[in-house]
Amino acid sequence: MNAPKLKVATTSLAGCFGCHMSFLDIDERILDLVELVEFDRSPLTDIKHCGPCDIGLIEGGLCNAENVHVLREFRHNCRILVAVGACAVNGGLPAQRNHLQLSEILEEVYHTSPGLAAGSRIPNDPELPLPLNKVHPIHEVVKIDYFLPGCPPSGDAIWKFLTDLIAGRTPALGHGLLHYD
Amino acid sequence: MSQPPVSPSPTFVLDGEDIPFTPGQTLMQAAKAAGKYIPHLCWHPDFVAHGSCKLCTVKIDGGRYGAACTLQAAPGLQVENRTEDLDDKRRTLLQMLFVEGNHFCPSCEKSGNCVLQATAYELGMLTPHFDHFYPDRPVDASHPDTLLDFNRCIQCELCVRASRDVDGKNVFALAGRGIGSHLIVNSPSGQLADSNFSAADRAASVCPVGVILPKRVGFAVPIGERIYDPAPISAVEDEQP
Repeated sequence: MNAPKLKVATTSLAGCFGCHMSFLDIDERILDLVELVEFDRSPLTDIKHCGPCDIGLIEGGLCNAENVHVLREFRHNCRILVAVGACAVNGGLPAQRNHLQLSEILEEVYHTSPGLAAGSRIPNDPELPLPLNKVHPIHEVVKIDYFLPGCPPSGDAIWKFLTDLIAGRTPALGHGLLHYD
Repeated sequence: MSQPPVSPSPTFVLDGEDIPFTPGQTLMQAAKAAGKYIPHLCWHPDFVAHGSCKLCTVKIDGGRYGAACTLQAAPGLQVENRTEDLDDKRRTLLQMLFVEGNHFCPSCEKSGNCVLQATAYELGMLTPHFDHFYPDRPVDASHPDTLLDFNRCIQCELCVRASRDVDGKNVFALAGRGIGSHLIVNSPSGQLADSNFSAADRAASVCPVGVILPKRVGFAVPIGERIYDPAPISAVEDEQP
């Protein structure tokens, strides 16, 4: 009898989906993977909310209130939570705004920069999640069990990490797979 | 008449292996000559030891800790280097350096040639662990040939030593105290363009991280073909810039 499949959820917070694209770079190995896991909430399934899961893969850091909400949903539901990629691990590209005043950035982007339509102003729709004053890596808000750095981590690094984890080994990337860029 | 016996060079023990040394050598110098890697950031074979980064901390005779770059080798010393305990402490030092500056590897020209990055790979640093400071450190692009990106400075003072001891110019210095200490340029305006710095200076090529960078050669060597791409820093013989 086959062992029950592990449940895996994934999401992209303040990221570019590059880590998800890199995940798909495992290519045909995804056929081996789906023998071992089934996907819960993920851009790959379009399931909107996370149920109880074994592994949660988080791409991206925290740049707005919705990111924090989703991250907490994942932490609440996932036995093992993994920071995937530079943005989740250290804030990455979005965190490059952290030395600037948020109000000044919004003002310049939506109001004062040249070429904007007349009457342009900072968006204020209640449906838009409010931006955080600073962008944060996810370990600053919830406990993270494993970190998989890279911008993005390569398909091979993601494969090595997941196969180690699923086999019950401590994931070990080693030279060539561990990258911060 | 018999020949006097040739006295073998004295040795100390590094992680269980006998390492020969000549009197006056530091543990780091002797280890390097024997092809053994002791993690380090502020040490460079061409310059007087600085002893500030503490990455090369080793354990002596099972008791005290010391910096391998400043401790003189002595016969029979038992030196622990790549133990779990020491590498854990080194990883913590690296994490503190990473959160104190802005080390955004994906956009850094030094990525793949960076001693800080390669050392963090060597020690398996997967997360910065601590809360980031995200300091505001404007770059100095005033010089026609060289860019200064202070975001990446680890205050190893290699540029200070190179400019002072080799170039004879004293272009760089550390100013401030404690967490406020930072790299400054010795010119009336504080800008590199107003100093007597030249891209041919030794100080221009000594930076182990991505602070002092030549202009107009960005990514001439592609990512993947850089110093620490084929092998980890512990296996690269001439591992310093």
